[in-house]
Amino acid sequence: MAAKTAAELGLYVVLVEKRQEIGEPIRCAEGVSQRSELRELITVQPDWISTEVNGVRLHSPNNDNVSMTVDNREEVGGYILERKTFDRGLALQAACAGAEVLVKTRATGLIRKDDLCTVSVICQGESLQIEAPLIIGADGVESKVARWAGIDTRLKPEDIMVCAQYLVLDDCIDQEYCEFFFGNRMAPGGYVWIFPKGGRLANVGIGIQGSQSCPGEPIRLLDRFMQRRMPRAKILQIVAGGIPTSGPMNNTTSDGIMLVGDAAHQSDPLTGGGIINAMRAGVMAGQTAGKAISSGDVSTAGLKEYEDRWRSSIGKQIEKRYNAKNFFLKLTDDDLNHLAGSLHGMDISRMDMRDLLWFLFKQNPKLLWNLGVLNLIDKL
Amino acid sequence: MLTVNRYKCCYCGACVGVCPTCALELVETWLEVSAECKECSLCTKICPVGALEVKA
Repeated sequence: MAAKTAAELGLYVVLVEKRQEIGEPIRCAEGVSQRSELRELITVQPDWISTEVNGVRLHSPNNDNVSMTVDNREEVGGYILERKTFDRGLALQAACAGAEVLVKTRATGLIRKDDLCTVSVICQGESLQIEAPLIIGADGVESKVARWAGIDTRLKPEDIMVCAQYLVLDDCIDQEYCEFFFGNRMAPGGYVWIFPKGGRLANVGIGIQGSQSCPGEPIRLLDRFMQRRMPRAKILQIVAGGIPTSGPMNNTTSDGIMLVGDAAHQSDPLTGGGIINAMRAGVMAGQTAGKAISSGDVSTAGLKEYEDRWRSSIGKQIEKRYNAKNFFLKLTDDDLNHLAGSLHGMDISRMDMRDLLWFLFKQNPKLLWNLGVLNLIDKL
Repeated sequence: MLTVNRYKCCYCGACVGVCPTCALELVETWLEVSAECKECSLCTKICPVGALEVKA
């Protein structure tokens, strides 16, 4: 999105992709919770969408469940994307807008001198140097650009969600709902998800808090879930990943450098979702790039607009979600069962998190008072 | 010494994100371990598929 936006503003853009195929391998559960959010950012192409979902079902540890349906309200339901075609589609749009695209090109270093960045890359085995006044680092959880810019993006184990996912074929998948399963034994500090992909397919995955993990724990727990819930499922693909859940970073710009997406830890600390935030930040970075290049000021001060814009929108939201994550981490399985039980017969489809917590507090005052929910509600 | 079981590794990069000494780099599907590795084992704990191990 950053490349597309900057190219549309008339900048000469080089999009450097270290993979040989854009969009592969996948590292994503591919869910977008609200269709309108994606549509506001880009014209959605039919082949980007695996399926549309119209509700969410939450499962408590004792196998109780609560459903939220959106009554087919077109603007509210979610998309499950096909990231392989979606990512390539975004690159295509950037290319159509004028960006050069280099695939199988690995950046190996970055030096900034006299207001110019020189990026060393290896493009299909050949060493090249690319000079640019401004670099946008969208290089994910393992960001090198950040390190070269002197920005510390290292994640503490408690601030990363480690994930494993299968693309499965099974008859028991509800194609209308995204399903979430909670429980500290099932998924410590995280959850299991089933995101339908159309037909009889679904992404079935698990994310657990890094500090509660041990070698191979996510895939082991996912296998256990599969054995219990869908023993006959056929696995067509394995995906692994690490998602930043640290909340907003202190600094995402440096002289001639901006970070976006997972590189800037802009993913939602509560759910791990990051597609919309990354796209929004990409647009903001592209727009700031346009202004900074035309004004000739690509210093940290010149890029402040990006820092301010994402922080006042995405940043505020993920700060709240970080507080919510820390609250939910305190809940035991018994607590989760109690809370799920108190939602029976309630229509929670139109509640935001603040309303939901307030309702839960009124139903379970002692439990949630002790856990400090009022403090959390104040911060939301 | 940090070893990578390349038959297990799903090249997700989670290990790269947590490495305190920035000793890891993911080159497409190949995880590189540099001399900066202090064998702290943090990456082994984080690896979703158990592909990393510190061996004496």
